[in-house]
Amino acid sequence: MNSVVSEHGDQKLTYSKYTAGFVGSVVLTLTAYWLATHGTASGNTLAIVLGVLAIVQFAVQMLLFLHVGEERGPRWKLGMAGMMLVVILILVGGSVWIMNNLNTRMTPQQMDQYLKSQDSL
Amino acid sequence: MLLGHVAFALLGRLGWNQLPPNAIAYGGAAMVVGGLLAVAGLITYLHRWKWLWKEWLTTQDPKRIGVMYVIVALIMLLRGAADAFLMRAQQSVSVGSNQGFLDASHFQQIVSAHGTIMIFFVAMGLMFGLINLVLPLQLGARDVAFPFMNASSFWLFFAGMALVMASLVLGDFSAAGWLAYPPLSELKYSPTVGVDYWIWALQISGIGSLLSGINFMVTIIKMRAPGMSLMKMPMFAWSVMGSMALVAFAFPILTVTLTLLALDRTIGTHFFTAGGGGNAMMYVNLIWAWGHPEVYILVLPAFGIWSEVVATFSRKALFGYTSMVWAIWAIVILSYTVWLHHFFTMGAGADVNAFFGITTAVIAVPTGVKIFNWLFTMYRGRISFRSPMLWFMGFVVIFTIGGVAGVMMSVPAIDYQVHNSLFLIAHFHMMIIGGVVFAFFSGLSYWFPKIFGFRLHEGLGKVAFWFWSVGFIVAFTPLYVLGLMGATRRLDHYDASLGWQPLFIVAGIGAALIGFGVAAQVAQLVVSILLRDSNRDLTGDPWNGRTLEWSVPSPAPFYSFTKQPVVQVRDQFWADKQAKKSHKEYEDVLLPKNSGWSVAVGALAFTFAFCLVWHMYWVLPLAFVGVVVTLVVRSMNDEPEYVLTAREVEKLDQAQARKVKEYEAIQS
Amino acid sequence: MNQEVALELRREHEATEKTIFGFWLYLMTDCVLFASLFAVYTVLRHNTFGGPNGRELFSLPYVLVETFALLTSSFTCGLAMLAAQRKAKHEVLFWLGVTFLLGALFLGLELHEFSKMAAEGNSWRRSGFLSSYFTLVGTHGAHITIGLTWMAVMGLYVRSRGLTDSVRKRLILLSLFWHFLDVIWIFIFTIVYLYGSLNV
Repeated sequence: MNSVVSEHGDQKLTYSKYTAGFVGSVVLTLTAYWLATHGTASGNTLAIVLGVLAIVQFAVQMLLFLHVGEERGPRWKLGMAGMMLVVILILVGGSVWIMNNLNTRMTPQQMDQYLKSQDSL
Repeated sequence: MLLGHVAFALLGRLGWNQLPPNAIAYGGAAMVVGGLLAVAGLITYLHRWKWLWKEWLTTQDPKRIGVMYVIVALIMLLRGAADAFLMRAQQSVSVGSNQGFLDASHFQQIVSAHGTIMIFFVAMGLMFGLINLVLPLQLGARDVAFPFMNASSFWLFFAGMALVMASLVLGDFSAAGWLAYPPLSELKYSPTVGVDYWIWALQISGIGSLLSGINFMVTIIKMRAPGMSLMKMPMFAWSVMGSMALVAFAFPILTVTLTLLALDRTIGTHFFTAGGGGNAMMYVNLIWAWGHPEVYILVLPAFGIWSEVVATFSRKALFGYTSMVWAIWAIVILSYTVWLHHFFTMGAGADVNAFFGITTAVIAVPTGVKIFNWLFTMYRGRISFRSPMLWFMGFVVIFTIGGVAGVMMSVPAIDYQVHNSLFLIAHFHMMIIGGVVFAFFSGLSYWFPKIFGFRLHEGLGKVAFWFWSVGFIVAFTPLYVLGLMGATRRLDHYDASLGWQPLFIVAGIGAALIGFGVAAQVAQLVVSILLRDSNRDLTGDPWNGRTLEWSVPSPAPFYSFTKQPVVQVRDQFWADKQAKKSHKEYEDVLLPKNSGWSVAVGALAFTFAFCLVWHMYWVLPLAFVGVVVTLVVRSMNDEPEYVLTAREVEKLDQAQARKVKEYEAIQS
Repeated sequence: MNQEVALELRREHEATEKTIFGFWLYLMTDCVLFASLFAVYTVLRHNTFGGPNGRELFSLPYVLVETFALLTSSFTCGLAMLAAQRKAKHEVLFWLGVTFLLGALFLGLELHEFSKMAAEGNSWRRSGFLSSYFTLVGTHGAHITIGLTWMAVMGLYVRSRGLTDSVRKRLILLSLFWHFLDVIWIFIFTIVYLYGSLNV
């Protein structure tokens, strides 16, 4: 079952990977938590930092819990993960860009007031 | 009295008033019910229920699953075409004081049903059907990666189809177009079951599609014959790989979007409602983020078919294999970057529109590369204009014209003038019919002998092609003109002073010609079956093909290969033929056992959706538990396969060879 | 005879590889599913329609406890897999049980949070923001529920059939699923709760 244990069936290596992954995730989570509750940086900068921490934790868990990149032979799992990431970036990034662009061109407050005065649909 | 109340509660919002409201609708319902009764009656008369269950319904053989997909898709083609004829007829006469024969609501349901059926059940059905029939054989594999899931995907597709057909009998269908934009599709403006039928038919068949995407992708990556590296795969297999990459990463978007609309309609959320903090434009954004990849999902395997057909009927290897592969992956990536071109006019700024306009123009390039490669394949080839090749010629003309119209519309400024006009309708029909449908017709003619053991009647095939092609051009060229004159889509009536009627009538004539084409295809099927003994495929290789599927006898046996082929070069079968290599070897074969659980999956999905649509809530937990039980019980089965020994394979193979000798004798 | 056995083993190995690979691809598609929900949430996050926003609704300490419950369960799931590799049946059952309890704790805390909000009138019907919140986090919770059910069934399999090849293969799939759910939670934690509390 090579997908769980790294090559050559080394239990100790995998155990230390899981532990490292766990500790790393705990540290990253606590850091993000602390910054969010005590951080003095401006909203946007803080958001970027928190985002980076999330991405790092994502990478940590992908590598150490999900064993991405450990495949022998052609790296299909990595490739699929890569395509997934590209699609997600385009989908989420593109949607946010588009919707933001559309929303700023809507007549804002008046529309909100009007809609609130109507029956909720 | 009490019994009445209980029945009332149990039946949700079903009631006598949900039967069809007018004569034409009754006609549709009668055809569904009549058709079902006729089929059931025929099977009973022939005492074939057990046979049907054992040989077809519970099968895990992708060749049989493929046949079932194609049969369902072709039946739905008849329905979708009937919708089209009704629309054309209405638009030819409904001018000025004449309101035509369809009221507005009915017309909009027909419009919506036409698009929904054609995309989700005809195009997707034919595509998955052909992939099932051809892909494993081309890869030198005996089956797909997950046979049970493959069968379940078909039954989910069938369940979705059943929901759409049920809407003809009970209740109505969505009148919100084939994509059901909110707020029109929200509860306030579409309070009937129509949009709910639409949502669940797509949701269920969509899940089937997603599972198939995973299945075929794993098949291609993990189950190629030994020695078949990716660059030795047939081009059809590459195109399927690209298409399935799109399926896997685009269909989840559809799943989410349909769910959110369903939540809005059932539990009062505010995703796309006009009030409550919803944003209807987000629906349009998401549905097209799926919708654009969807059209490439359909067209890539179609391109793959052309690569096979053109090479075979030009007696030449495909020109530019490597560039074809690059073109496929360029199309795959780019198709995720163009979706906004479906709503240039929704109000985004010039920067956003320009970005997507550019990507849209760019995506035409790899497609152009492919078309040139096919033409270069033909150059200096020994071309044989059998009907599969005729469909290709029709494609080149129609698809190119339609494609150029598309590049025009990639310019936002032009699109603002023709968005949602008949110009757009002409464009995408040229792409889908000229591109996708013609390819599938060509593929069906091409691979029919492999699956059924006899060729289709060539003369009727040519007749069908000419009626389809001429009819199509007559039906859709006027639409370009009408679009430029200002005619919008989905009109059930227009003013006489506009001067549109003559063009609509011409389009109607074109539609009638297409109708003759469809009739010719039906005739072709019937005649071919009647004349099958004189059209037997005796060698397994009726077209002098290049790829592995032609190395097995026709009809392809359920075990496919007597021994899994070993591949050393591209077009291994062609190379073997040149080297006059052929000898039979036999090995043990592992095959999946039949399973009724796949049918159960479809039946439960249909039940769940039907009861949800009709608010028969008490059934839902039961159906849900049923699905869980099915999956758990199925998963407990550790031995879903059986072994066919080499000896048994040899006996079957020799029996088939003997039959071929008999056919040979009959023919001479 | 030896050649036949070797062939059989290789066939089994290939079948397992195929299944794990297919499941991984399914998980990638599930990522796109969640990404769509994240896109919707991001677009609608300020559409509070006069109702409360994230800062007013979310309690970060509470969410932190949830997060650690799930994170730890992901770790203990890994430990269960190591035990499975060693064919240590009782250790597997132990760690699987711990994982299940932590997962159930996570789910319980989440359901409590949901019902509290709904009882106060801040349900998914209140606004576009809340619709997206409940659907995104709720979809994750639904996946957790499926995972817990699967875990219970696997526990029964391990107990009754032992750690056969088929059972271990399914445990691998389950562990992939469970780890993946924690990966998704990283982004829910950050984008929904942290960003929400900062009103970003």
